[in-house]
Amino acid sequence: MEKKKLTIHLKVWRQKDADSKGKFVNYTVNDVNPDMSFLEMLDVLNEELIKKDEEPIEFDNDCREGICGMCGSVINGTAHGPQSGMTTCDVRMRMFKDGETIVVEPFRARAFPVIKDLAVDRSALDRIMSKGGYTSVRTGGVPEALSVPVPKPNADEAMDMAACIGCGACVAACPNASAALFVGAKVSHLALLPQGRPEAARRVERMVAQMDEEGFGACSNHGECEAVCPKEISITAIGRMRREYLKAMFK
Amino acid sequence: MKLDSKVPGGHLSEKWDNHKDALKLVSPKNKRNFSVIVVGTGLAGASAAASLGELGYKVINLCIQDSPRRAHSIAAQGGINAAKNYQNDNDSIWRLFYDTIKGGDYRAREANVYRLAQVSNAIIDQAVAQGVPFAREYGGYFANRSFGGALVSRTFYARGQTGQQLLLGAYGALMRQVDEGNVRLFPRREMVDLVVINGKARGIVARNLITGELETYMADAVILATGGYGVAYFLSTNAINSNASAVWRAHKKGAFFGNPCFVQIHPTCIPRSGDYQSKLTLMSESLRNDGRVWVPLKKGDKRHPNDIPEEERDYYLERKYPTFGNMVPRDVASRNAKMVCDEGRGVGETGMAVYLDFRDAIRDLGRETIEERYGNLFEMYKDITGEDAYEVPMRIYPAVHYTMGGLWVDYNLMSTVPGLFVLGEANFSDHGANRLGASALMQGLADGYFIIPYTIADYLAGTKLEKVSEDNEAFKEAKEEARSRYEKLLSVKGNKTVREFHRELGDILWNKVGMSRNEQGLKEAIEEISKLREEYWNNVRVAGEMNTMNKNLEMAGRVADFLELAELMAIDALHRTESCGGHFREESQTPEGEALRDDENFSYVAAWEFKETGKWEMHKEDLKFEFVTPTQRSYK
Ligand SMILES: Cc1cc2nc3c(=O)[nH]c(=O)nc-3n(C[C@H](O)[C@H](O)[C@H](O)COP(=O)(O)OP(=O)(O)OC[C@H]3O[C@@H](n4cnc5c(N)ncnc54)[C@H](O)[C@@H]3O)c2cc1C
Ligand code: SF4
Ligand code: FES
Repeated sequence: MEKKKLTIHLKVWRQKDADSKGKFVNYTVNDVNPDMSFLEMLDVLNEELIKKDEEPIEFDNDCREGICGMCGSVINGTAHGPQSGMTTCDVRMRMFKDGETIVVEPFRARAFPVIKDLAVDRSALDRIMSKGGYTSVRTGGVPEALSVPVPKPNADEAMDMAACIGCGACVAACPNASAALFVGAKVSHLALLPQGRPEAARRVERMVAQMDEEGFGACSNHGECEAVCPKEISITAIGRMRREYLKAMFK
Repeated sequence: MKLDSKVPGGHLSEKWDNHKDALKLVSPKNKRNFSVIVVGTGLAGASAAASLGELGYKVINLCIQDSPRRAHSIAAQGGINAAKNYQNDNDSIWRLFYDTIKGGDYRAREANVYRLAQVSNAIIDQAVAQGVPFAREYGGYFANRSFGGALVSRTFYARGQTGQQLLLGAYGALMRQVDEGNVRLFPRREMVDLVVINGKARGIVARNLITGELETYMADAVILATGGYGVAYFLSTNAINSNASAVWRAHKKGAFFGNPCFVQIHPTCIPRSGDYQSKLTLMSESLRNDGRVWVPLKKGDKRHPNDIPEEERDYYLERKYPTFGNMVPRDVASRNAKMVCDEGRGVGETGMAVYLDFRDAIRDLGRETIEERYGNLFEMYKDITGEDAYEVPMRIYPAVHYTMGGLWVDYNLMSTVPGLFVLGEANFSDHGANRLGASALMQGLADGYFIIPYTIADYLAGTKLEKVSEDNEAFKEAKEEARSRYEKLLSVKGNKTVREFHRELGDILWNKVGMSRNEQGLKEAIEEISKLREEYWNNVRVAGEMNTMNKNLEMAGRVADFLELAELMAIDALHRTESCGGHFREESQTPEGEALRDDENFSYVAAWEFKETGKWEMHKEDLKFEFVTPTQRSYK
């Protein structure tokens, strides 16, 4: 059975580079197959733009299956779009109505300057990770894997936290542009495992300090981050980060 | 030029140890005086850059994505193999070696594969120490699963995100080195040429993907860990930015290309649905542990799958391969899916799909167990297709997934260009003509953590490295050449987009250099590809400008390289008149339709030397099997 094709109107943020002012530009895409992904719809639009000698819309993406964390736009006011638990590349056109106007913007945050159109610079997240998003082990200097059993509930919860893809949607959604969920997820992942305990205090101190330095805001418990997180990282991550931080302070 | 694999002597189990003992060392103080460029931050690149940084080398590390953590390795779902024998099912280094070399249809180097199995256990130890949350049993010990081509459970996994977790482990190690100043990181950079001076790899040219500028990087050695070239097919399970350009540029500067026609087509992917499609999504092979593959017995049976009674279903893998059943290796599973679809028994709208059914597993194990094992995969399937696989069987079809071919390397992982090392999927690899599931992650990390740190030291300590500077002519030339290539692409202003060309190339490759190949098709492919390439340079339309972020231009450069590589893939496939692993030549099959090897004539690695566009010379590295006897693979 042929599925009914959609007509989609778009208001897309176009910005030449970091220093230019951006603006919304309107486009219409016809014959959109509802099984298409949102990014495939943008591909189709870009093909049309190229044929018309216009500059295609720049947007970051790579895996297109919700795992690399490279994609990310604000779609109709929500980071990663209308459905919870999804990345921008997971969004399918069947989630929109025929004739609908979709507003597409980059992730906005002080710490995420726009590079071009929908692409932003999230390298601040890498710099936070460089301060402690790991256990300080050398290649080779490690014990046999079985020597430290990890209770299944810990392993499972650590995995829940480790599922963060570093997309930055939590930052984009937060009224304070805080990176607390992102940092909390990594702090929690490693705090839950015996391998991560030895440097738990140093880790949380250094990561939080770097987060502040990068210009991310403070967390004031709005909870928008959890709502948009494509990997459904629980806001308990932030609570755990705070507890770890306090522990570190009073050590 | 005679290819020297540098495989050391001695018994298989002693080769690596003996070799290590003989390798030269760089003194701790001297390490700081050596610089190494690592291109790529996937499992192979990140583990190499981190390990070399830890040792004290000055490392320059580049990647295309905005963060090293986003390398394509992140997408690996199913797991990583190791010979730990934690399940007490009599696994061993020998068995992992044997399964891998047999799975590769005896087209890999014995010594390399054995070494891979040997270091596999250390990888798990390393990952666990990094905090990789592998799945555990209630006692706190490891849960393992089995993958195709193996009769033991040796696969470690972290839910359906094993690649992600392993990569985050390696990325963490890398970021620690960045923080300590041992590794300088350059994300959003694309390598566009290799610089060879006095016959040695001494640097690269990369395009800054934000400003569009061409930059040069200089070092004492260059490591490519840039992944595979499956995206040549346009549609594949690989990430959008995966490319062959780094290895192809190196190939054109003297690195031989090994077995380019060895491409893996993965049996369990979500079928294509429309021509707007930009990529295909893999459903992890681990699903075959519990899912049963079938098609209707009758052609053109349009009934709802749940209405087709048991006796009218053909569980063709279980029927044809009673021992391995649904767990046959990938090439076998893919080819069989194609066969039943070609017979007209395929399912779904297009008839190009088979069922992967969990009904019986849910009945026997309970929905909860299945949810626990594959929940995220079922969700992903639902997001994409809108169907609930707990209720109706999944529809799957093979898709291009992995490239066993790649730059030829010796036992030290060095290419035919001295000082140019190649790791991970980018090299021609230890997987022969077919890779077993969960062994790419193993290989990438083996190369990066445990092999290159030793072998590169030997090169650096034992080679006279002249002083070079970026004013050297070779750097200037490479940069100019890259600039003029991009300018040319922008200036054609033709009528067809890069994507249209790419899709056309993909169709040629899929139809004629895909799951099943024959002489006529390959000859046609060679002609069509070279025509398409000519058209490309005269009729491509590339948007925008050079000195800005321009993904269309990036793609244009990559497709230009795919158009050259594709021809070599077809040439290699044409010359290899035997079938082996993923390379199935219709002219060479057993009466039952299985791949028929021709060991007498083809027990070698075909290493192609670039002469000029469209012209190559083939060199052979004979494969000698001292410790296993190649047999016709049987998974019956
Ligand atoms: C969907 C999927 C699932 C998979 N599941 C499994 C599994 O369960 N188990 C398993 O063992 N294997 C699996 N594989 C295979 C495995 O993931 C890959 O073979 C492996 O991760 C490749 O790692 P790599 O480090 O060699 O390259 P990649 O991870 O591809 O990394 C390449 C790196 O090189 C960089 N790069 C590339 N070109 C350039 C350039 N020109 N300039 C600069 N940088 C460049 C990229 O930015 C990236 O950082 C899977 C593959 C796919 C596609
Ligand atoms: S916590 Fe969630 S929203 Fe934030 S970076 Fe991680 S995955 Fe993205
Ligand atoms: S493109 Fe990788 S998560 Fe969306």
